[in-house]
Amino acid sequence: MADLKHLAPTPTPETKPFWEGAKRHELMLPRCKSCGKHHFYPRSDCPFCWSNDLEWVKASGKGKLHTFSIPQRPIMGIPGPFIAAIVELEEGPRIATNLIGVDPDPKNLRCDMEVEVVFDDLTDTVSLPKFRPVSKSA
Amino acid sequence: MTDFRNLSGKFAIVGVAESDELGTLPHKSALQLHMEAARNAIADAGLKKSDIDGVFSAGRQMSTETAEYMGLRPRYIDGTMVGGCSFLHHVQHAMAAINAGLCEVALITHGESGRSRLAMPNMSAPKDSLLWQFEVPYGIVFPFTAYGFIATRHMHEYGTTQEQLAEVAVATRAWARLNPKANQRGPLTVDDVMKSPVLAWPFHVLDCCLVTDGGGACIVTSAERAKDLKKKPVYILGTGEGMGHCWINQMPDFTAATGATISGPQAFAMSGVTRKDIDVAMFYDAFTITPILALEDLGFCKKGEGGAFIAGQRTAPGGDFPMNTNGGGLSYAHTGMYGMFIILEAVRQVRGECGERQVKDAEVALAHGLGGIFSAAATMILANAPQA
Repeated sequence: MADLKHLAPTPTPETKPFWEGAKRHELMLPRCKSCGKHHFYPRSDCPFCWSNDLEWVKASGKGKLHTFSIPQRPIMGIPGPFIAAIVELEEGPRIATNLIGVDPDPKNLRCDMEVEVVFDDLTDTVSLPKFRPVSKSA
Repeated sequence: MTDFRNLSGKFAIVGVAESDELGTLPHKSALQLHMEAARNAIADAGLKKSDIDGVFSAGRQMSTETAEYMGLRPRYIDGTMVGGCSFLHHVQHAMAAINAGLCEVALITHGESGRSRLAMPNMSAPKDSLLWQFEVPYGIVFPFTAYGFIATRHMHEYGTTQEQLAEVAVATRAWARLNPKANQRGPLTVDDVMKSPVLAWPFHVLDCCLVTDGGGACIVTSAERAKDLKKKPVYILGTGEGMGHCWINQMPDFTAATGATISGPQAFAMSGVTRKDIDVAMFYDAFTITPILALEDLGFCKKGEGGAFIAGQRTAPGGDFPMNTNGGGLSYAHTGMYGMFIILEAVRQVRGECGERQVKDAEVALAHGLGGIFSAAATMILANAPQA
């Protein structure tokens, strides 16, 4: 595996609980207590109704592959080809991610296929949520 | 308050120009490219440096830098930076400023050392930025990855094919072959595109724009002032701008540019023209999927039918929908923020200055740009008369 420590982001106050959750291998989402909607990326206020009465909830980790592309060459040290993806979470919001655990060949991929979260421990303090296809036997 | 729609035909583009050279220019800084384009555009208009009292530009750390380099001290300055279509936004902002009496002669400039990277500002994202936190660690860094998301979803929902994407590149190249300033002028077939290496599936290398150096500039003033200038004025009948998101992970609909669905109706409503009145269209074409979405988002065909619209070389020379007649970002020039070149070509077509690639009787032109990753959008309708 390539060493990708240099990719570790630095959280900001409004995103810190998300990154702390990822470290525990929990996908945390902000949810508005006023309008009930989840949003992502995490903000200080609900982007739908502008309430600042938010709570953090653990997402199911299930979702669908909304769309993807497959860069062929290395990018930022990530060896190519790899699958860059947008996953639509069961709770509604979409997240940019990588799809792993499947050959990066378009033949293996279909928009809306079911995926689930897995965590990639990038450094001692940062884990990245990534997704893999839900196995058929599961 | 002025109803902006009442300003239709009250302003004109009176000067357009590229920098002295386009292409690979390791001997010229980005600021020199701004300067050359500005100097050429002011000459095209038959104006003098001292006439300029408004300066609009994008892509520098400080928007005063371009004016400073050119030795200008304008009374109005606008540095709106929304990516490649910034210059189309600048045209609308210039109209508003002139209408308010804040300036009279607006210079809009672009200069970018996109290939040679000379004197370019550092635009890299810090590690606590939204971009680094939510996209960079996944290798979502270059536009081809993000634009690929849109092509993939469009293919999934509407059956658009890679061959249809390739048709865009082929039609655009056919126009480039008629433009002496175009960077790529060799013959191109759908098969050539399909056999070119995959850069990021679903895109082949030839689905992606060029990376070149260059500059461009245009001059906007009132229709009144435009009357006595060197070239026949090109009147601005309608403008509109909009946005859907900034970063790709927030794109509301991966098969449509939401910004275009906001900018397009404003421009058409203001202009009083219909889709059928458009004689020639310039659509931002960073990737082959981009004009397909523009055709749909601006109402030239139904959502999902853009691929079929393009197929059969309908947008190529001789087709019934002349599009990107300069050869586009795909084959003529793409400095990074391509939008200025859309304006230049739309103006030249309406003036009838396009030589071999001139669209016969082109009286009304549409120019439509995108900025970021289908993020911001601006649409403009130009004509050879103040009323359609």
